[in-house]
Amino acid sequence: MTLYAARRRRNNVWIGLCYAATAFGLCSLCLILFALLFEGASGLSLEVFTQMTPSPGSAGGLLNAIVGSLILTFLGVLIGTPLGVLAGTYMAEYGRGTKFTLVVRFLNDILLSAPSIVIGLFIYQVVVAPMGHFSGFAGVLALALLVIPIVTRTTEDMLLLVPRPLTEAATALGMPRSYVITKVTYRAARAGLLTGVLLATARISGETAPLLFTALNNQFFSTNLNGPVASLPAIIFQFALSPYKDWQRLAWSGALLITFSVLALSIFARVLGTRKTAK
Amino acid sequence: MVEILAESKTFAPARRDQRERVYKLFKSSDRFYRTLTFASTVAILVMLGSVLVSLVIGSIPTFRTFGLDFLITETWNPVTDKYGALAPIYGTLLTSFFAMLLALPVGIGIAVFLSELCPQPLRRPVGIAIELLAGIPSIIYGLWGLFILAPFLQQHVQPALIATFAPVPILSTLFAGPPYGIGLLTAALILAIMILPFITSISRDVFETVPAVLKEAAYGIGCTHWEVITKVIIPYTRTGIAGGAMLALGRALGETMAVTFVIGNAHRISGSLLAPATTISASIANEFTEAVGDLYTSALISLGLILFVITFFVLALARLLLMRAEGK
Repeated sequence: MTLYAARRRRNNVWIGLCYAATAFGLCSLCLILFALLFEGASGLSLEVFTQMTPSPGSAGGLLNAIVGSLILTFLGVLIGTPLGVLAGTYMAEYGRGTKFTLVVRFLNDILLSAPSIVIGLFIYQVVVAPMGHFSGFAGVLALALLVIPIVTRTTEDMLLLVPRPLTEAATALGMPRSYVITKVTYRAARAGLLTGVLLATARISGETAPLLFTALNNQFFSTNLNGPVASLPAIIFQFALSPYKDWQRLAWSGALLITFSVLALSIFARVLGTRKTAK
Repeated sequence: MVEILAESKTFAPARRDQRERVYKLFKSSDRFYRTLTFASTVAILVMLGSVLVSLVIGSIPTFRTFGLDFLITETWNPVTDKYGALAPIYGTLLTSFFAMLLALPVGIGIAVFLSELCPQPLRRPVGIAIELLAGIPSIIYGLWGLFILAPFLQQHVQPALIATFAPVPILSTLFAGPPYGIGLLTAALILAIMILPFITSISRDVFETVPAVLKEAAYGIGCTHWEVITKVIIPYTRTGIAGGAMLALGRALGETMAVTFVIGNAHRISGSLLAPATTISASIANEFTEAVGDLYTSALISLGLILFVITFFVLALARLLLMRAEGK
């Protein structure tokens, strides 16, 4: 009976630690979200959305950063998505199961989790240095490079999920391969493809590191992609590390905006994705 | 019937032409699409290759000036143009090591909870909540770490650590110095929270590959939960867990913004975990836009090259292990 008791006690201790681990994870999430709400909501007002970033000590908002972020993210996704979808299509359709596809998938997965600051350095080397100045265009390219591996991966996964009889039926009607893919396979996998794009959007809208030395930052309103463009993450970085209290408060407000839009995007993508696979 | 036949005879050449035309169109559009998708796939390879090549080209001046000594010297002085990468490399490896030390048991613990212990209706919400941790942008972790976590550690945790370990021989050097709040330990703690969801979700995925019969058999001979987990589930999924751990390590090594906020940015190697330090990515993020002079820029790009090479090998190993775990 003592052996049994000892085993039971050990079991209880370790199982208790598993509960504690989960509690730790959930607490971290709650603490971060509460801190964001607490610190960010107090500074949130109409001015945040209607005024430019201020100089220290004066009132202002985040309008130029919000607009800059939207432009950079939108263009990054716009450039990165087609390339990712096409590459994913080749891997799932034409090159299904070949050695080449295996190698590309492997390298694409590595690119997927490669440090984003390295991508920033790369764009600096090939775009910013030759042009001689920082530009929104370089920022867009850096973000697009981050989008490509995500979209490629999800596209391939989702196209592989499309039932074979569907494409076989289309082929039997005499459709060429390209028609089968664009008219049948893409439509069947539409929700899945959208999931990939949403995930990529969520990922790049909070990215800071690759923007620091590509799009840089801009205190003024600018939609000129040939010059520095402001973005929320870069403003948060600059304002949070400044000694000014009102700048820090704006950083918190920006952080609140960015986190909740990113979380909303990724929850939406997840709902879309699970509905697709459950069917 | 005869009429139709006659008609088809008259029209036959024209229809054959039409058929041929459509057939040709199909064929060329198919070839076009195939080439287009293939080119995009090759573009991914070119991208990865050109990232590497551009970093190598950018770091030539550094290695020409300092040779391989760059990797083993600690000096980092922009004024005299002397650079060594040892302090950032040390900081990167040490923060990642401690982050893994914290996150691995906790992450696996959560995975065990989610796959074995959690009541069914709670499984999805708790799982999603943990995965949301991965969705929070890294700059938010930095902000939170700097304004909430670091002051808390400075006031409540670090003084206690210093006081407790002061009489213990080895630990006293690990926890020496004034409590700054920011430093190696804070960075490692934040990194641990950030990589937690990766370890959890991969462990959970591989736990699901364990055949139910194996678990049922173990429970059948009277094993406790814990015995089933340690004697059946974890040995069966060893490769997959290792793959998940390597993937998380890859993330930790390359993480930039969160670490930049809380590491303290000091280019020196200190024996204490509480002292400010720096990592490769934090150095680049902090100094790149201020780097004047070709050698300074080149030194930072060399740091980027080192980081890329290290993470490349770690991530490659992670993928190999995960592929093997999936193949099982």
